[in-house]
Amino acid sequence: MSIKPLAMRDVFLDRIWQAMAHDQKIYFTSADFGSPVLDKIRADFPDRFVNVGIAEQNLINVSAGLALEGYTVFAYAIAPFITMRCYEQIRVSLALLSEVRPMNINLIGVGAGYSYVVSGPTHQCYEDITLMRALPNFRVLSPADHVSAGHLFDRCISTMGPKYLRFDAQVLPVIYEAGAPDLNVGFHAHIHGEPVCLVATGYMLHTALKVAEGLAKVGYSVGVLDLFDISNFAADELQAALSSYTGIVTMEEGFRGRGGIDSMMFEFIARRGLNARMLNIGVEGGYRFELGSRLELHEQVGIGPQFVLSSVEEFIKSLVI
Amino acid sequence: MSHRTVSELREKAHWVWRETLAIHRRAPETRIASSLSTIEIFVALYYGGVLNFDPAHPLAEYRDRCIISKGHGSICMYPVLADLGYFPMEELQRVCHTGGFLGGIPDPVIPGYETVNGSLGHGLGVATGMALGLKRKRSDSSVFVVCGDGELHEGANWEAIMFASHHKLDNLNLIIDNNGISMLGYTDDIVSHDGLTKRLTSFGWDCWDVDGHDMETLQAALIKMKANVGKPKALIAKTLKGHGVPGLENAPLSHIINPKPELIDSLLEQKP
Repeated sequence: MSIKPLAMRDVFLDRIWQAMAHDQKIYFTSADFGSPVLDKIRADFPDRFVNVGIAEQNLINVSAGLALEGYTVFAYAIAPFITMRCYEQIRVSLALLSEVRPMNINLIGVGAGYSYVVSGPTHQCYEDITLMRALPNFRVLSPADHVSAGHLFDRCISTMGPKYLRFDAQVLPVIYEAGAPDLNVGFHAHIHGEPVCLVATGYMLHTALKVAEGLAKVGYSVGVLDLFDISNFAADELQAALSSYTGIVTMEEGFRGRGGIDSMMFEFIARRGLNARMLNIGVEGGYRFELGSRLELHEQVGIGPQFVLSSVEEFIKSLVI
Repeated sequence: MSHRTVSELREKAHWVWRETLAIHRRAPETRIASSLSTIEIFVALYYGGVLNFDPAHPLAEYRDRCIISKGHGSICMYPVLADLGYFPMEELQRVCHTGGFLGGIPDPVIPGYETVNGSLGHGLGVATGMALGLKRKRSDSSVFVVCGDGELHEGANWEAIMFASHHKLDNLNLIIDNNGISMLGYTDDIVSHDGLTKRLTSFGWDCWDVDGHDMETLQAALIKMKANVGKPKALIAKTLKGHGVPGLENAPLSHIINPKPELIDSLLEQKP
C-alpha cells in the first residue's frame, strides 16, 4: 500500500505535538510562522508555545535561554530567515555555547532551495547548507521526503546539541515507502550502479532518481545516494558505498561552488583518497528573478532533470574515454 | 549570602578597582575603561546581598543567573570571582597568558560566567529565554543582565525588551552601565539614547535611575528592583567610563586608550 505524501513540516510538527503531551520539557518557538499542524500545538500547549513575532534574532536568543534551562527546544521559521537573519546569534549562543553547555535545540527551517517557487530570492534558500555546515557542533539534516523527515524527530530528542533541519515547503512524493533510512549512517544508497553515483540531498534526490531512470533508457545504470545527514554521516560507510565509482555527481538545490555538498564531497574524496572525478550540479550564477514552475526554474539555473541528464551523460562519456 | 555594610562594600569596590588596574598593568590587552565603570554594580550584586550564588557549584539550579552581556567590560569580575572562590586567586596573575582561562574577553569556560559575552547585544535575549524557562519551572531564581548603553544600539536588545514586557517577565532585571561612551566617542554624538528611562518605560518596563558609583543607593536600588513584581525591570546606572583614572575618566576615546604603566603604578602606590 502506498503512503500518501505529506508536507515534511506537518509530519514533523505532528511528532512534536504528540511528544509534547507527555514530555513537559519540550518548548516550541516560532518567529510568527505557522502551519495547520502548528495550530494544534498552539491550542493544546499554549504555555509551551512561544511566538516571538517577526524577530528571528530573538527567536534564537530566547530558544537558547530555554535550552540552557534544560528544555528541549524546537524553533521554527522560514529557512533563509532562521539561518541568515540571525546567523551570529546561532554562532554565539548555539554553536559556541553548546561547546561547554548541554543544550538540545532544533532549528526547523522550511523552504529549502526553490520550494517557495514564486516568492523569489528573499524566500528561496540556496546558501543554508554552506553556512550551517560551517558551524562546529551543529548537525545539518536535509531529508528528501516526509517519512525520513518525521523519523528525524527521534534523533532530535535523543541527541543533545544544536541541529538544523532543512525542510522542503512543498509536498514531495514519498521515497521511503519501505521505511525510513538508518539515521546512524546518515545516507542511503537507493540504486547501486556504475560508473557514476549521483549523491543528492533534499529535493534533488527526486531529480536524481528521475535522471537515473532517464539514463537507464539510454543504457546507463548509475547509482543514486541520498545524503541526508550532511554533517555527521558515517564516513567509513560512505567511502565503502562510493569506492566502486569512478565518477561522483553531487546534486544540491543551492549555489554551485560555494561551499555546499559539492565542496564537502571534494574534501571527502581527497581526504579518503577515492579515485573518482566529480561533476557538481548546483545553482549557476547569482540571484535570479524569473518566474515559472519549480521545474522551469531548475532548468534555467542548471539543476533541472533535462539539464542534469545531459550533463551526466556527457560526464559518463568523458570518464569512459 | 552575607550582607555587608556600605563602608565594607566601598572598601571592597576599591580593592576590586586596584586589582582591575593591576590586571591591566600585567595584561594591557584588556579593556580597562569599560571595566572601571561597572565595579560598584558588580560589588553590589555579589557582596551586597542581591544575588544568590554558590562558588562551589557555579551552575547550581537555585542560583540567580547573572548574564554579563558587556563581556569585555567586565575584567573587574575576575578579582570578584576569584575573591568569592570561583577559582584560585593565582589565576589573576595569568590573565591573557598561555595556560590561563581568563582572557581579554571572558568566555563561558570561566566559572561564574553563564553565557558567551563580548559579542554585544546577545545577553539580554538569552536572559529573556532563561527568565521564561524559570517562570515555567516556578523557580524563585532571578535573572540579572549587565549591559552597556552603547550595546543598546544592537537591535536584538529591543526585540528582547518588547518580548520581556509582553510576557511580564518580572524575574528579569536589566542593569545598564550608562557610561555614555562607546568605542568612538559619546553615544549622544553617535546615536543618542536620550530619554532612555522614558523609552524603556514606554516599552512596558519598570525603571529606576541611579548613580552607578554610589554604593549605598546602588545596593538599595538593586534589592528593591529584585523584589519588584509585575513587569521586567531596568536599572539605569549613570557611570563614568574609566572611573578614577586621570586622563581616562569620561574621555571620549577611553575605550581604546591604555593608561601608561607609570600612571597605574602611581595609582596603585597610593594608600586605599
